[in-house]
Amino acid sequence: MSTGQVILSFLAGLLPLALLAYGLGRRRALAVAGGQDRALHSRPGFYGWYAVVLMAVPAVAMALLATLLDLLGLIDAPGALVLAAALALAAGGLWSAERTIRPGLRARNIVEGAVRWLLIAAASISILTTLGILLSILFEAMRFFQMVSAWEFLTGTTWSPDTAFGGGSEARSEAQFGSVPLFAGTFMITAIAMAVALPIGLLSAIFLSEYAPQRVRGAVKPALEVLAGIPTVVYGFFAAITVAPLIVDAASALGLDASYENALTPGIVMGIMIIPLVSSLSDDVISAIPMSLREGSFALGATPSETIKHVLLPAALPGVVSAFILAISRALGETMIVVMAAGLSANLTANPLESMTTVTVRIVAALTGDQEFSSPETLSAFGLGLVLFLITLTLNTISLIVVRRFREQYE
Amino acid sequence: MAAPNLKAEKRTRQRYRRERRFKALCVGAILLSVAFLVFFFTDIIQRGYTAFYQAEVRAEVTYSERTVDLPPAAVDDEVRPFVSRGWLRQLPDHVEADPDLMGQTVTRWITADAPVGQYLKGQYSELTEQEKAEVDRLREQGQIRLAFNTNFFTNGDSKMAEIAGIKSAVVGSVLTLAVTMAVAFPIGVMSAVYLEEFAPDNRFTRFIEVNINNLAAVPSILYGLLGLAIFINFVGVPRSSALAGGLTLALMTLPIIIISTRAALRAVPDSIREGAFGVGASRLQVVSHHVLPQSLPGILTGSIIGLAQAMGETAPLLLVGMMAFIPSAPEGVTDAATVLPAQIYTWASMPQRAFDEITAAGILVLLAVLLTLNATAVVLRKRFERRW
Repeated sequence: MSTGQVILSFLAGLLPLALLAYGLGRRRALAVAGGQDRALHSRPGFYGWYAVVLMAVPAVAMALLATLLDLLGLIDAPGALVLAAALALAAGGLWSAERTIRPGLRARNIVEGAVRWLLIAAASISILTTLGILLSILFEAMRFFQMVSAWEFLTGTTWSPDTAFGGGSEARSEAQFGSVPLFAGTFMITAIAMAVALPIGLLSAIFLSEYAPQRVRGAVKPALEVLAGIPTVVYGFFAAITVAPLIVDAASALGLDASYENALTPGIVMGIMIIPLVSSLSDDVISAIPMSLREGSFALGATPSETIKHVLLPAALPGVVSAFILAISRALGETMIVVMAAGLSANLTANPLESMTTVTVRIVAALTGDQEFSSPETLSAFGLGLVLFLITLTLNTISLIVVRRFREQYE
Repeated sequence: MAAPNLKAEKRTRQRYRRERRFKALCVGAILLSVAFLVFFFTDIIQRGYTAFYQAEVRAEVTYSERTVDLPPAAVDDEVRPFVSRGWLRQLPDHVEADPDLMGQTVTRWITADAPVGQYLKGQYSELTEQEKAEVDRLREQGQIRLAFNTNFFTNGDSKMAEIAGIKSAVVGSVLTLAVTMAVAFPIGVMSAVYLEEFAPDNRFTRFIEVNINNLAAVPSILYGLLGLAIFINFVGVPRSSALAGGLTLALMTLPIIIISTRAALRAVPDSIREGAFGVGASRLQVVSHHVLPQSLPGILTGSIIGLAQAMGETAPLLLVGMMAFIPSAPEGVTDAATVLPAQIYTWASMPQRAFDEITAAGILVLLAVLLTLNATAVVLRKRFERRW
């Protein structure tokens, strides 16, 4: 039996057992109290839960420990054995619960304590996730940096991993992993996306919070939310099949030569995708500014636009800046649009009409190819992922700090 | 009239002009977004709606030992060039599914080759002029027709556009999302309950909070790297399986569920808690008897939004191998599977033109499901939201 099957059959077996334990514990409590639940310290149900806790906790803990040790390769635990041991522990737990139940037992306190630990464990999973992302990427990235020097990776201007394909030592020496063109492409497309999303998103937010009558607001806001709900793969298809030809036509009408995989297409479409993010965050911030600031400005004779430019925007600036930073971080990590509409080969250029590639495109290309996992090309995905993670983490943290530190407190 | 007054009047007019200009700019921004939305939907619908019907040929199909070995021989020379080769290739499967067919000759409508459909729908088609004339003639005789495309809903993926369908992708999506919600919903709600109702305000709690906010903004592709390195390479979950994809998406959906559940819990006023404490309820009883039932609509709304987001996600699933070619629906969470967005991605990268149409049709199905989910969330919020 594989570990997965063991876990599944374990969970499947645990549920009816828990029901049984609950019933037995509850009945036992009523029995020792002589049928009068007033004689019990806790309500009868808690004794049921008490039996469940005593049955499940040791069994689950043992199974988890065995699985973990097995995965780490420290012990070799056959699935059937683990299952049998867990069942034995469960039976033992149930038996001891039956024995210990008496009217004075503080079942409620014990159950509450157990639930608290369960909740703490659930809350810790988010920390484990972060740790998991960091460690898994770091671990594989280290393997990559053993093959390719970090300096070459960060400063090299040629990305051509394909020559590593042959696997021969001569061919491998030709593979180059200079990530500069990838990051240049990523930042170029992000910049284009921001040039679209920032003005449109901010102006939309201003319109929605300051100018729009309630009815218009009620109709337009959901429309923007629809924009946010469209999956990125759909944007990617739309970019590649509809927008790219439009851009190429427009460019040739202007006498320019554009590639079908130009950077402008994914940039613009990504910008449209991010509009709702910018507008809803900015809208929240602007709406949170108290009415008295507006009234004060109007009382001095300012027009609405003057009020917006000189009073509201400065007051909303921290929130708006943090929204912008979040939007940039979102654009940097966006994958499907660029995978489908941007180029695949690294190209260091400042011309947005040329084909260029991004970090995320190369990650997908490296991991969906047919190379073995330990090849430098596959592992390069983790090196790129590490840098991407650090950049977005920094941006998110800055965005949080900006809001915390510069937020105006209105009373 | 003195000169300063004139100046002031001019200045006022100028300021009003600026006001109008600024307002027009704002309206323009909104109109631009809405115009894009309209353009986008028109474009996708225009590309996709034709995929819901397709060309069929009426032909005599002979089921015999010979035609099972050599399927093209099952139909007449006259219609053979127009019959889908993919359909013919399935002929032995038909006989296997229904042995009574053996030795019979049945007249029935069968799926036509993709170029025939493209020609009848007025799209670019690779048929020669002669073949086009032949198709026109057969159509006038009632031998060729356009009918509802059932293949699209009852078949799995195929290398031939006319018989490719979304069934295996839909089944894959359902399995994957079932895993996702089975993991993310309980853990997410429990985390939120802990942070909102139980946790003391200390360093550890604040660390978890910051961490969750950060996770919500981590690019989804990095979750794919996590899934690949931990679930597949370390734990040994089968690659391409709904289990691997579902677990990866669960971690991604977790912050969304936690954040929205916390908001829903916070919306329950303290007077409810105090009332319950006042009659002697323990913290657990307060939460499970009063706070959770009151905040359930909010929790469900947040979870549906998280579900919709997980449903449209593609990038992390590509990394755990869920873009495999899956002709028949997976039967369990450990079978190789694909999901609807990944299927769309695979079709979008097919070189044949006939795939454009079914890609857009797949997108229409996906968008319809997502919009329904989001609308459900909105209705739920509107109907059950309580103002205290």
